[in-house]
Amino acid sequence: MDAKHITNKERLAIPRQPMPAQDPKVRSTNFREVNLGYTPELAQQEALRCIQCKDPVCIQGCPVNIKIDEFIQLVADGDFLGAARKVKEDNVLPAVCGRVCPQEDQCEKACVIGKKHAPVAIGNLERFVADWEREHGEPDLPAIKAPTGKKVAVIGSGPAGLSCANDLIRQGHRVVVFEALHELGGVLMYGVPEFRLPKEIVKTEIEGLKKMGVEFQTDVVVGRSVTIDELIEEEGFDAVFIGVGAGLPWFMGIPGENLVGVLAANEFLTRVNLMKAYDFPAGSDTPVFDCRGKNVAVFGGGNTAMDAVRTAKRLGAEHAYIVYRRSEAEMPARVEEIHHAKEEGIEFLLLMNPLEFLGNDRHWLTGVKCIKMELGEPDDSGRRRPVPVEGSEFVLPLDMAVISIGNGSNPLIKQTTPDIEVSKRDTIIVDINTMATSKENVYAGGDIVTGGATVILAMGAGRTAAKAIHDKLMGTEVNHNEW
Amino acid sequence: MYRIVSSIFLAENIKKLEIEAPRIAKKRKAGQFIMLRVTSHGERVPLTIAGSDPEKGTITLIVQGMGKSTRELNMLEAGKSIADIVGPLGTPSHIENFGTAVSIGGGVGTAIAYPTAVALKEAGNHVITINGARSKDLVILENEMKEVSDEAYITTDDGSYGFHGFVTQKLQELIDSGRKIDYVLAIGPIPMMKAIAEVTRPYGIKTVVSLNPIMVDGTGMCGGCRVTVKDEIKFACVDGPEFDAHEVDFTNLADRNRIYLSEEKESAEGTSHRCHLHMDK
Repeated sequence: MDAKHITNKERLAIPRQPMPAQDPKVRSTNFREVNLGYTPELAQQEALRCIQCKDPVCIQGCPVNIKIDEFIQLVADGDFLGAARKVKEDNVLPAVCGRVCPQEDQCEKACVIGKKHAPVAIGNLERFVADWEREHGEPDLPAIKAPTGKKVAVIGSGPAGLSCANDLIRQGHRVVVFEALHELGGVLMYGVPEFRLPKEIVKTEIEGLKKMGVEFQTDVVVGRSVTIDELIEEEGFDAVFIGVGAGLPWFMGIPGENLVGVLAANEFLTRVNLMKAYDFPAGSDTPVFDCRGKNVAVFGGGNTAMDAVRTAKRLGAEHAYIVYRRSEAEMPARVEEIHHAKEEGIEFLLLMNPLEFLGNDRHWLTGVKCIKMELGEPDDSGRRRPVPVEGSEFVLPLDMAVISIGNGSNPLIKQTTPDIEVSKRDTIIVDINTMATSKENVYAGGDIVTGGATVILAMGAGRTAAKAIHDKLMGTEVNHNEW
Repeated sequence: MYRIVSSIFLAENIKKLEIEAPRIAKKRKAGQFIMLRVTSHGERVPLTIAGSDPEKGTITLIVQGMGKSTRELNMLEAGKSIADIVGPLGTPSHIENFGTAVSIGGGVGTAIAYPTAVALKEAGNHVITINGARSKDLVILENEMKEVSDEAYITTDDGSYGFHGFVTQKLQELIDSGRKIDYVLAIGPIPMMKAIAEVTRPYGIKTVVSLNPIMVDGTGMCGGCRVTVKDEIKFACVDGPEFDAHEVDFTNLADRNRIYLSEEKESAEGTSHRCHLHMDK
């Protein structure tokens, strides 16, 4: 169909193009990417569904305000490289966001077509153009302004830090990113599995930042290797952005939680994603719990819980359960991840609350005692509160349990930078318009401010901070439309 | 990459390595550790910092070849490099003038007890060291420990050198002699640390141990290194690695450290690949 001569009625008649995916039976035995991506034909067909609203409300639904209408029009026109550049004006990690953003709660939720039909698959299109650009030659680097002579330290190379670094380098500042681990990418490397986000894609996106001149130092734990005060006073940084993520995993505080075989999701996923334990012992020296033929339960209902349970399945678990104390409707995970997990044979034990982990005489996990729940009145979060059903206790036999109920804040920055104000939950307190902390020239964003949230929200915070840092360093109000 | 400046054997299977790591050399304090990866496919291994030279920008590690990674590390000679070192990690030792302080090192644990003994001496303590090993050949840092101590004792399990017996017996002997002991630091194998805790408990002597649980990242993120201390969950990498010996659940620590024993054996032996996944990408 010709993009220029098509009526809205014809556009609305086109069904939403499904994302091609690996067969569930096959993919649950490998770590290759589940979604295969649109072909150019599928992408153009999907792009034609966009009615190019005069007031594109989808853009407000996006925390980094990608020019969604414009990039989709370029896809419809067949100018895929142009579309990729348009997305990159606002999003430094489009291949990542196209894969992991909760689009149904953001841009696609706002889509006007979504009122009566399926919304335009904005996420799938974003992924398509980013992949197209990567697979078709050397991408253009965005213009970099003349050096300002100012130097900014970015702590953490996850989504918040990378997005902040990108905006600052483009304004001509010198940017040094400090990363505690040996690999760059933060949660994108240690948290999100290969089958949902191939690590090569993260590496390529970071490579782009290196080419633009961002300097990266791995193996530096700010707070231990060097403090924020030392960065400012001894190493001459004019400003600091803290994007260190959440940190310390929460546990449930029930008996038996320290039995052998009870792990935090962070440990399980870090072993597999960052340390490549799926390739032990031939390709990696880091072991992981041998899941083959075992019963594994993951406690929680978020994206991390889905990642962990699907990883256990891929490592050979006989039964891989999600144990969640509310119902599926309350699960915070992306709809697509829940759907994919079910297709792969993950067993959902909903409205189920663990009471106690049980072990043998060697203190290895053997099972978990649970109680059934029912939904009562709404609580503070607006979700119906689960209430235990008396007398419904039962024991689920288990070999490994993975706790995935969220993360608190790592105390290192607080301990070593006492003049940064933190909340009762140890998250850093900021002015939400500028992301400025209580300490002069120090800004923060991402999970260390919000608690566990999404990649795109962290990126939005990184951009907000970058603008404020630039204004502060240059003593000017910039025209933000140029960003 | 981090270059190895010198690499010498102190005893059979125990090596002293001096490695370039300027940021860490400048910052580290007694009781802190680093995490390293020998190669790009290696594990992240936690090792306590035995010493440093801030001017040269080097740190000293004393490593016993136990599993695949530490054995690989011990095969490296001066001039070679390792992939990564990050640190200093963990909370530094709490040092003050306690009065009479006993620093006890068992086996390679002596390398960890040594820097804290130095700090205790600098803080004005009367420092007694007990340096234990299975036999004479395995005694390390004898001269270093002597230099920093007001009184230095060596014990060997087989009696081939020094006091014939365990470090616990030597400590009990000191207590029985009527000496007033104000502080005990004990670092070594879990059963040794547990035994020392039981020696000092009846006397109410403040006793500190440095724990070695399994870790992955070492910065507080993974939760793998959790230990039960006074019935609470603590993370050794950020809350420790030193804890009050009378509050540590050593049984839980020993159990949790056993989780990957069969995998470690498999890896060290280099047995056949058990990968059942189709990682054919």
